[in-house]
Amino acid sequence: MAYERVLTKHVNEPHSYTLDFYLTQQRGYEALRKALTLDPNDIIEQVKASGLRGRGGAGFPTGLKWQFVLKDTPKPKYICCNADESEPGTFKDHVLMERNPHLLIEGCAVACYAIGAKVAYIYIRGEFYHVQQVLEAEIENAYKAGYLGKNIFGSGFDCDVYVHRGAGAYEAGEETALIESLEGKRAQPRIKPPFPAVAGLYQRPTAVNNVETLCNVPLIVLYGSEWFAGLGPEKNGGPKLFCISGHVKQPGVYEASMHTTLRELVFDYAGGMIDDRPLKAIIPGGSSVPLLLPDQLDTPASFDAVQKAGSLLGSAGLIVMNDSVCMVWLAMNLLHFYRHESCGKCTPCREGTDWLFKLLGRLEAGEGRQKDLDLLYRVSNNIVGKTLCAFGDAAATPVISTMKLFRQEYEAHVREGRCPLPAPWRASRPLFAGAH
Amino acid sequence: MEYAPAKFHKSARTLPEPGEAFAFTPENQAKFDAYVTRYPPDQRKSAILYALYLAQGQQGYLTRAAMQHVAQQIRCTPAEVEDVVSYYTMFFTKPVGKYVLNVCRTLSCALLGAERVTEELSAVLGIKPGETDPTGTFTLVEVECLGACDRAPVVMINDTDWHERLAPEHVRRFVEDLRARGKAALSGCHLHKEQGAGGGGQGAR
Ligand SMILES: Cc1cc2nc3c(=O)[nH]c(=O)nc-3n(C[C@H](O)[C@H](O)[C@H](O)COP(=O)(O)O)c2cc1C
Ligand code: SF4
Ligand code: FES
Repeated sequence: MAYERVLTKHVNEPHSYTLDFYLTQQRGYEALRKALTLDPNDIIEQVKASGLRGRGGAGFPTGLKWQFVLKDTPKPKYICCNADESEPGTFKDHVLMERNPHLLIEGCAVACYAIGAKVAYIYIRGEFYHVQQVLEAEIENAYKAGYLGKNIFGSGFDCDVYVHRGAGAYEAGEETALIESLEGKRAQPRIKPPFPAVAGLYQRPTAVNNVETLCNVPLIVLYGSEWFAGLGPEKNGGPKLFCISGHVKQPGVYEASMHTTLRELVFDYAGGMIDDRPLKAIIPGGSSVPLLLPDQLDTPASFDAVQKAGSLLGSAGLIVMNDSVCMVWLAMNLLHFYRHESCGKCTPCREGTDWLFKLLGRLEAGEGRQKDLDLLYRVSNNIVGKTLCAFGDAAATPVISTMKLFRQEYEAHVREGRCPLPAPWRASRPLFAGAH
Repeated sequence: MEYAPAKFHKSARTLPEPGEAFAFTPENQAKFDAYVTRYPPDQRKSAILYALYLAQGQQGYLTRAAMQHVAQQIRCTPAEVEDVVSYYTMFFTKPVGKYVLNVCRTLSCALLGAERVTEELSAVLGIKPGETDPTGTFTLVEVECLGACDRAPVVMINDTDWHERLAPEHVRRFVEDLRARGKAALSGCHLHKEQGAGGGGQGAR
């Protein structure tokens, strides 16, 4: 494969996280030095030309997001880096933060300069305490060396980067919920508009960007937007980190271009299936996106191609499943997650996820009825499109997708009064058996 | 109506226990005072999670007295603090064991045996998820995806340490090890261990 890694090239080397390593091996802080000689608008134009799309899940063009940030205002502005990394199946950002933290710090500083901010907050999930230790120590080193703080490179530009630790809430990854959480409240989304670009953190103009997104910014400044766009298919340029987990031989984080197909990711990068069992389905973009079947594996792993195939690239968390997985169990497992993580602000999501979980649990325990299947559909469709944030649609997706692709498995649960596929790796007793 | 009405699972509210008088130690007070400068002076509330972590670290869990102290520090009402505490899963309002074993139960971990890990832990410790063993050493908790799914099944110990790839058949030895050697028994985060020791690790390929 001709692709040469840029984000994670060095992460397996022992001192890759140090400032010294970054400066000597990765042209560290050259992008910031260059950026500070440019007009901020030129940087935004460059990022737009590169076609960089957000790596947090939605794939929204980053340059455009920055352009929307209110310009003519006396208010301070902010960059909020989304390091919540809480989408099930996603584990890429912590590699960047832990093994290449200065790339993120430099990305934060360039982003601040581009939108006219002086402060960036990195909102990191509370469970990543060990990652936070590395990141904070390296931020301090960046201050000491003059890459953060006052009057960077004598340019007159000041920039502070702070880490903010969350405390266990998936919903804190949603951008307005993240802002609420940063303000010291429950992580519950706001009604949009106004968008964060106009009234975000402390009601001031704010851009929320994912860790991997910001890590691409120094590369674009340094090597140019054409180089970046040329790394992948049209409108899907740049390097991409793929998280592969589940029933594969070598789960892990893999950097590749978005030309790479799902099949290559699963069978070449991740070494294929454990015990060479047949692949039953994959979830290509974190738990919130529809499943894809084995005959769709030749789809390139790009935002556009995966969407065309009927799913979404999302956060590029590939969850791979072999033929031992019961699809009703899968939906139940994920609905447990969504039920637990619903922030409770909208009724369809708060109550609907609870209903779905209970219905699935009953089916899985062999106590489901035929009409439960219709009810599952009805409840799901009463969530989709009727909630404040994208969580609602995400929560209904595992049910809708498995019912569409594996309807016969649902039927079999009702007909046989038991789970026809009780894998040995599951709990010996179904969660719901006899629980009435 | 055949189906019982859904329980309002987000609104089950119990008052936290009052607990003993609480104030930050001078050390924690100094930490808090330094930390709060990260935010604009009129936005002290942003430091609430940090203050709660400090209080929890000092006392093991959060009592009403601790929440009142945090409210004073933040200059908000105790109800606002309670509102936040009750939302986030990493805060405890009851005493917990010395080691809180947070077993990830979400899909990628479950595919590799996380449900069995919890069952084994339950059997070895003689407690159900959510409970603390009589000696006060272990609390067992099931949590949702910890963001390290390539190292499934993953366990977070307290809110700082990790143990990765805990197969169900290793559970008994893991518990004995943890009893005997404390946190030295933990695998830690793979990135730390493998790279820190001089390479060979697989941060990313
Ligand atoms: C329920 C929910 C959870 C999310 N969790 C995350 C997350 O953990 N990390 C992340 O970067 N984006 C997450 N997002 C996406 C963010 O809302 C937002 O789109 C993203 O941070 C924007 O950054 P980007 O443009 O760089 O992708 C989540 C969205 C939703 C609706
Ligand atoms: S959809 Fe769910 S998570 Fe999103 S705001 Fe509504 S209740 Fe909260
Ligand atoms: S599913 Fe367990 S860490 Fe992600």
